[in-house]
Amino acid sequence: MRIGVVTFPGSLDDGDAQRAVRLAGGEPVPLWHADSGDTLLHGLDGVILPGGFSYGDYLRCGAIARFSPVMGAIIPAAQAGLPVLGICNGFQVLCESHLLPGALVRNDHQQFLCRDQLLRIERTDTAWTSDFTPGQEVLIALKNGEGGYVADEATLDELEAEGRVVARYLEVNPNGSRRDIAGVSNARGNVVGLMPHPEHCVEAGFGPSLDGLPFFTSVLRQAVLA
Amino acid sequence: MTAVHVDTVAAASGDPDREQPWAELGLRADEYARIREILGRRPTSSELAMYSVMWSEHCSYKSSKVHLRQFGEKTTDQMREQLLVGIGENAGVVDIGEGWAVTFKIESHNHPSYVEPYQGAATGVGGIVRDIMSMGARPLAVMDPLRFGALDHPDTARVLPGVVAGIGGYGNCLGLPNIGGEVVFDSCYQGNPLVNALCVGALRAEDIHLAKASGTGNKVVLFGARTGGDGIGGVSVLASETFEDAGPSKRPSVQVGDPFAEKVLIECSLELYAAGVVDGIQDLGGAGLSCATSELASNGDGGMRVQLDRVPLRDSSLTPEEILMSESQERMMAIVRPEHLEGFLAITDRWEVEATVLGEVTDGDHLQVYWHDDLVVDVPPRSVAHDGPVYERPLARPGYLDELQAHNTRVLPRPVGGPGLREDLLALLGSPDGCDLSWVTQQYDRYVRGNTARAMPDDAGVVRVDEETGRGVALATDCNGRFAKLDPYAGAQLALAEAYRNVATTGARPLAVSDCLNFGSPEDPGVMWQFAQAVTGLADGCQQLGVPVTGGNVSFYNQTGDTAIHPTPVVAVLGVVDDVADTNGSGWSLPGQSLYLLGRTREELDGSAWAHVVHAHLGGRPPRVDLAAEERLAGTLLAASRAGLVHSAHDLSAGGLAVALAEGVLRHDIGATVSLAGLRERDGVDDFAALFSESTARVLVAVPPEHAEAFEELCAAEGQEVLALGTTGSEGPESLVVEGAFQVSAAELRTAHSGVIEAALAS
Repeated sequence: MRIGVVTFPGSLDDGDAQRAVRLAGGEPVPLWHADSGDTLLHGLDGVILPGGFSYGDYLRCGAIARFSPVMGAIIPAAQAGLPVLGICNGFQVLCESHLLPGALVRNDHQQFLCRDQLLRIERTDTAWTSDFTPGQEVLIALKNGEGGYVADEATLDELEAEGRVVARYLEVNPNGSRRDIAGVSNARGNVVGLMPHPEHCVEAGFGPSLDGLPFFTSVLRQAVLA
Repeated sequence: MTAVHVDTVAAASGDPDREQPWAELGLRADEYARIREILGRRPTSSELAMYSVMWSEHCSYKSSKVHLRQFGEKTTDQMREQLLVGIGENAGVVDIGEGWAVTFKIESHNHPSYVEPYQGAATGVGGIVRDIMSMGARPLAVMDPLRFGALDHPDTARVLPGVVAGIGGYGNCLGLPNIGGEVVFDSCYQGNPLVNALCVGALRAEDIHLAKASGTGNKVVLFGARTGGDGIGGVSVLASETFEDAGPSKRPSVQVGDPFAEKVLIECSLELYAAGVVDGIQDLGGAGLSCATSELASNGDGGMRVQLDRVPLRDSSLTPEEILMSESQERMMAIVRPEHLEGFLAITDRWEVEATVLGEVTDGDHLQVYWHDDLVVDVPPRSVAHDGPVYERPLARPGYLDELQAHNTRVLPRPVGGPGLREDLLALLGSPDGCDLSWVTQQYDRYVRGNTARAMPDDAGVVRVDEETGRGVALATDCNGRFAKLDPYAGAQLALAEAYRNVATTGARPLAVSDCLNFGSPEDPGVMWQFAQAVTGLADGCQQLGVPVTGGNVSFYNQTGDTAIHPTPVVAVLGVVDDVADTNGSGWSLPGQSLYLLGRTREELDGSAWAHVVHAHLGGRPPRVDLAAEERLAGTLLAASRAGLVHSAHDLSAGGLAVALAEGVLRHDIGATVSLAGLRERDGVDDFAALFSESTARVLVAVPPEHAEAFEELCAAEGQEVLALGTTGSEGPESLVVEGAFQVSAAELRTAHSGVIEAALAS
């Protein structure tokens, strides 16, 4: 099972995402931001857009990455059903790419925040969450400056109605996200954006838990079934 | 483009008596005379600029050199065995086994952080990271020991949030976990906050790179960000001399950081090293190109010729002097063999990093800098970089010291009974230095790269170096400025002892030291005495503990008017761990563990957190230094940890046993029930001293009950004083129960401990 992990200039958690894929039993395949072409994603069972500050994010987060050559290949593949997980900056890139609705804005308290965050997994029929049980509570590392999920009320209602809220913050809303939303998916469930960092929760002794691992085993299992 | 009048070597010879602004650039008359003597003529304005920055206190260590020598002289052959690179390079390198080498260094960015807290702190992180990169290492983590004025002072509300946001903004975006440090508030730092930054990196021992320009014909390549007018200090004097109206004015003398550029520079440099296309490397930090060119040339065996007009600029109106002085961030200089140049440029292209060949290594013995066709610098590089002035500044024991040492804590009223002890404990936990620091630490990414095994609030940060074996390093930084004020020799040793102990609590073996020596003005004989005492104390202490000083930094002039900061020799200790996943945390996560106190308690309250918080008192003598006891303690902790006997271990320092117990309870909200009877009896102290004394060489250890007997036997075999205090957990709600004295719930401890910084900043 091969999962591509994109490195943009300024990606920071690309190595961690590769490690998480490896520990979940898959083979990580590095993808370079400047690469493109029809064959780039051949043989890949999924793609991860990792955390970081792509191209410095001096403009709106993810706004430049969305126009990178590699995204030129990923966007149509995602629309065609390739599993894609965007973590933190990757979530921002997915929103900028219009693969997911809404946007991520500066935390309401105006500070970068790193904490161990309790989440509830709300949807387990996506490519990236099928190994969780519905309603499962998990502890995942969270770290962001611009993690407030916003969308208009109609879109939020639609996400709720269609069961596309993948994960919600519990106990503390760390960034002012509307309706405590920590992650959403597209209608088909192959594209997931997540603000917390499951790739930091895959190894005993490093990170607050092992609760991140099912995100990565889910997509590998789905690839086996497919 | 503005026409620039350029002062050349030819002009300098033809116009020998021209007035030059050496005094405005901070040079003394005898220093200027010496430059003329070295050159046999007056310096050009570019040469004058170079000498003035390189001979500054910051770059030349002219006041501290005669004392710092002790670090080398007191490093024994045995201590040198695991030192791969010692003092004098960008950072020291230590062998940690299995073919791995680790490099680490701590540096100050104090003055810029007061002027412009965000950028000052941010570029402090950027600078130390480049030092580590220039050894050929991949940076692994950063730490930040910080000191501010009083928490309730209005200016602290300006400096503190800016500094923390700057460290976070740069470090988080750079992708380096921040794994520890200190936050101290004391009015002595009011106009002189201390922003120290540490970086640790790792490399294979055979991949060490040095700042050295050798091999005639090798290319001198500048790569990274463009050069702008930021960070130019005294050189504006020269600029205003050469032309009046043209050119940019009011440039910030604090540099502006671009962490994205630095992240790309890290990855690009590591790829360059891996490709084997770098012969010598130097980062551009303080004194910019002046420093990089002169140090590279001075360390090499030939000369260097550089074409300064080739430097890519952000501001085309910069003069040659300004280009030489600019401290624009995120730049590196490499020495590259001609046959490697194509490969080098292919890699910089891939990372979209601008790289420019500025010149080459020559077979001469001079550093020659050209501006178009004009020779503007022609100097022996050693005279700029290494043979600067050296001063034996006068030193004198401060007159106030006798009185300060006599004014001890015996006069202070002590808490009465259990309720009094309880009240003082809560006061300490809620004090600015004793409170929960998560408002600071949660603004730092501690998880990035996935190798962080321990971070704040554990006693030491621990990161993995080798993903296969789990081998890694533990790091702690410490200093108690109050102790150093009372006795700088002992204070420096106490800083060393605490950092050494903090590393040992994790189960690591302490290996090496880096130091950041923050002091007032070297022109004040009292300050110079403090400095000499502290350096001697630290050098003696390192010799006794067998841990060499591998490098560091001196920051003088931390004073306002005649009032200097407390002498603050911040000591960083690095230790090695066989498997970072097995290290000890500072708090217990299970009830029913046996609690032991290692070490002996004396009545030592002078300079303590209790005296400071409860009585705003500073006087007397600091706790006794016992380095033999520290070494024994570290040996015991290492042996017990390797044998798997330790559940958690927490150093006793500020606030003594009382605060250590409370922090242990707060770590995972598991209580503790202890008795002080054994301590009273064995050490002859009362409950107050047992709880609040700050005697050194003590650690609170939680041991799984099934290992208690083995642990006691091990301590006996090591000759380690050990006393059973009680167990973790408590009846009823999780509480700290001190039998016969008081009881306080974890919830109440947390209420006192939390939200202190937030509340002060909001008011």
